[in-house]
Amino acid sequence: MMAQQSEIKDMGKSHYLTEQDITAQYLSFTLGNEEYGVDILSVQEIRSWEPVSRIPNVPSYEKGVVNLRGSIVPIIDLREKLRIKFADYTPLTVVVVLQTTDDNKTRTMGVVVDSVSDVITINKTEIQNTPDFGAKANNEFINGLISLDDRMIILLNVDKLLELEELESPL
Amino acid sequence: MSIDMSQFHQVFFEECFEGLEAMESGLLDLNTGDIDSEVINTIFRGAHSIKGGSGTFGFSAVADFTHIMETLLDQMRDGRRPVTQPAVDVLLGSVDCLRAMLTAIQSDDPIDSVAVVVYQSALEIELNGSVKESSPSISQEITGAVEEEEVNEEIYNEDEAAEQGWRIAFSPYLDLLKTGNDPVRLFRELAELGEYTASVNTRDIPDFDDIDPEECNLSWTLKLLSQCTIEEINEIFSWVEGDCELDIQALIKKEAKSIPPSKQIKSEPVIESLVSSPAPTDISLVNIQQPTNATNTPRVDAGGELLIDRRSGGSSSIRVDTAKIDALINIVGEVVITQSMLGLVGENFSMDQLAQLKRGLSQLERHTRDMQQSVMNIRMLPINFVFSRFPRLVHDISAKLNKKIDLKLVGESTEVDKAVVELINDPLVHLIRNSLDHGIEMPEDRIAAGKPEIGTIELKAYHRGGHIVIEIIDDGRGLDKNKLISKAIEKGLINENSILNDKQAFELIFMPGFSTAESVTDISGRGVGMDVVRKNIQALGGNIEILSELGKGTTISIHLPLTLAIIDGQSVAVGEETYIVPLVSIIESVNITEDILNKVAGKGETFRLRNQYIPIIRMHEIFNVQPKNKIRSNEGVIVVVERQGVLCGLFVDELLGPHQVVVKSLEANYRRVEGVSGATILGDGSVALILDVPGLVRLSNRQLSTNTSL
Amino acid sequence: MASILAVDDSASMRKMVTFTLKSAGYDVEEAVDGVDALMKAQLRVFDCIVTDVNMPNKDGITLIRELRALPNYKYIPMLMLTTESGIEKKQEGKAAGATGWIVKPFDPDQLLKTLKKVLD
Repeated sequence: MMAQQSEIKDMGKSHYLTEQDITAQYLSFTLGNEEYGVDILSVQEIRSWEPVSRIPNVPSYEKGVVNLRGSIVPIIDLREKLRIKFADYTPLTVVVVLQTTDDNKTRTMGVVVDSVSDVITINKTEIQNTPDFGAKANNEFINGLISLDDRMIILLNVDKLLELEELESPL
Repeated sequence: MSIDMSQFHQVFFEECFEGLEAMESGLLDLNTGDIDSEVINTIFRGAHSIKGGSGTFGFSAVADFTHIMETLLDQMRDGRRPVTQPAVDVLLGSVDCLRAMLTAIQSDDPIDSVAVVVYQSALEIELNGSVKESSPSISQEITGAVEEEEVNEEIYNEDEAAEQGWRIAFSPYLDLLKTGNDPVRLFRELAELGEYTASVNTRDIPDFDDIDPEECNLSWTLKLLSQCTIEEINEIFSWVEGDCELDIQALIKKEAKSIPPSKQIKSEPVIESLVSSPAPTDISLVNIQQPTNATNTPRVDAGGELLIDRRSGGSSSIRVDTAKIDALINIVGEVVITQSMLGLVGENFSMDQLAQLKRGLSQLERHTRDMQQSVMNIRMLPINFVFSRFPRLVHDISAKLNKKIDLKLVGESTEVDKAVVELINDPLVHLIRNSLDHGIEMPEDRIAAGKPEIGTIELKAYHRGGHIVIEIIDDGRGLDKNKLISKAIEKGLINENSILNDKQAFELIFMPGFSTAESVTDISGRGVGMDVVRKNIQALGGNIEILSELGKGTTISIHLPLTLAIIDGQSVAVGEETYIVPLVSIIESVNITEDILNKVAGKGETFRLRNQYIPIIRMHEIFNVQPKNKIRSNEGVIVVVERQGVLCGLFVDELLGPHQVVVKSLEANYRRVEGVSGATILGDGSVALILDVPGLVRLSNRQLSTNTSL
Repeated sequence: MASILAVDDSASMRKMVTFTLKSAGYDVEEAVDGVDALMKAQLRVFDCIVTDVNMPNKDGITLIRELRALPNYKYIPMLMLTTESGIEKKQEGKAAGATGWIVKPFDPDQLLKTLKKVLD
């Protein structure tokens, strides 16, 4: 938190802090019993679950691909990836389509979540560091925690979250 | 009026870069020792043009730099200066420097002034080295200048006499009018300087019968009252000097007509600056950092849409032959006609119009295919766009390595999709550098081996089937299979007891981690390694293979699909999944039952196709798909596919029919999948994967070896 | 207003000249080299020719020489745009029939001033 405060201070002496510098908006959704949030700017759209076309020889949480208005978009099941619970697909199951950037390349990928809650506006200065969770969710993906009313929301780093793991190619 | 010149800048920059390319290839051609005057003129014109334009548009640093190049080149084209290798090298380096300067200016970045100074000095040294020899022409310039100057330049602005001005005796020669000049106009200009009176001399007018109205037979004496200088008067007459006699005297006589000593003094400094040379510095050709396309690798997204970052000196556009556009317009015209015909048929349709409907639909299908072809053709560029940078590369690097290497380009006009042109560049650079560094031997070694001293690298492109093939063929030392194997063992990449045939040994080069520190740094500064090269090529849906003979040479062969956008495919069912097999790869399909398959220990299954046995790949197994029948079914279809001369059979459940499919990238948003070259969207909106035969073979081999080692 | 044929193989220069002259109200046509210019000059008679010297296919001086041989162009003002301040080029141009020259680099005002001289 201190780091974030000084970050704000460092934005230049003549820089008036705007609304945008202090607040951020996140889309919150549920996975199992927890609530998570992703930066609203990375959210492209929300769709209901539809059958995917399977891709051979990839991790099982990479469920497959779908046709999104002409583009081929992979669908990742976050519940499986984060090992949160057994993934089931119900009429309520939702796919959040996200945009992620790495190496100057922007990719569109969909993640399967249990349900979407709402868009929350948070004060950046109130983001807390995460204690070590252990196996529940990899700390790498997590930007921090925030409390909102009596909710605790785990803020995810979309780019890290959507990094694809290297596949082995033994000879 | 003030005109905003910046609107012309973009065109100017593009012209400059084109000109620099022409200069560069011209300079490389000059190398061969046989000086073609056309070539040197082209190079000169390039420099001249850039100098002119940069001066006009205010880029004085560029103008000054180019001026020296132009002077050098002018002397070369006139024969006043020999075309030597060092001079050519300095000019080549200067071209690079200019390119960097212009790129910097264009993108508003600071110019690398160190490089500019280095090359400017190098050019001046080249120039000055022979100025002493050709001083006659310089002094001619000076004396010419002296002659132009009229006397009495200091004689004015004395306030003694009543009249201040000039007496001008002007006698045009007969032909003055024939250059479109007109004494009246000259006098008009004089009138702007002051008041004049003129008296005309008609003495020389011939008899009426002999008069030629196109000749000027008059002469004048004018008195001009003005405080102007003699230069201003000379200015007005500057266009007609040589076409007339002109004598200008001040109305106030002060001094005799002697050439003032100041004139001589004036000319000296000019010679001085040309002759004085900076202390010779040891100028080794500085490596100008070329603005590379390294960080601007374009990607193809879903739908084959090209995402191009700004390349240096250009915008994301292509030039298209208007013939291609016209062809497309024609086809669209036909489509419109067919469409309206179908519209009519559909208006009050009844079954007796069925034949017409079918005809219309088949016409439409034909037109659509033609249109596809035509549009894809627009994106096709000659591969020379990529090849053209290699002569320079080979020239520079072979010089650095002290090797003698000749680069031959074959099939540069072969057309490929624009995306291929952009993405194949880095891999090709890497491969050619390998040939240069490791392939071709030093001249002494070559001679000792009985080879010609000059090594040859052939860069070849041609179409075959639905592919474009690019080959890099060198006559160098070839690959030593045993060395490769021991190196791989050393790096722990293979088991020390492995026995590999030639082909498998060569494949080792593509393994990650194989390349060592002895491989040179990549020109674009990116990660090296043949594994990266192979990945890049596979990302295009292509393939790369190595053939080599120790002592004789190496051939690297790259196969790429002709177009990235649309292919003809055969739809097949594997379990519940649908896959597309590219039609170009398919030889035939055979329905089979159990008994036809043979199992060979350690090598999987084979199938007897006429007189040969071909290996079988069970799609269910390598793709982990549940077969339709739970029992290991041996009913299905073998799709016989060819992969670079080798046949294999894909075991699928059934054929679903031929389809033309639009290739969508799987990698744009996702990842590269072994055995899959892309994806497509079927009529029902679902996604089907397009199979990549070489990848399937690799997968299958891998599985086999995993199975056998269990 | 007077008509001018602007000849230069450099598109940026050509456009600049054309723009400058058009802005001053002249009727301007462009040609990309001597061959193109010769053809255009015969399709209509221009009041003035402004041409670069160094061009491929047919240079400016040859163009002027060939135009002078045509009856319609005997007295038409023809100006060379040249970066070469050396005396030989100018003499060569004059011998071929050039009216005069404009030294590059020039600014638009210089161009207009010179043209006003020959055209009014």
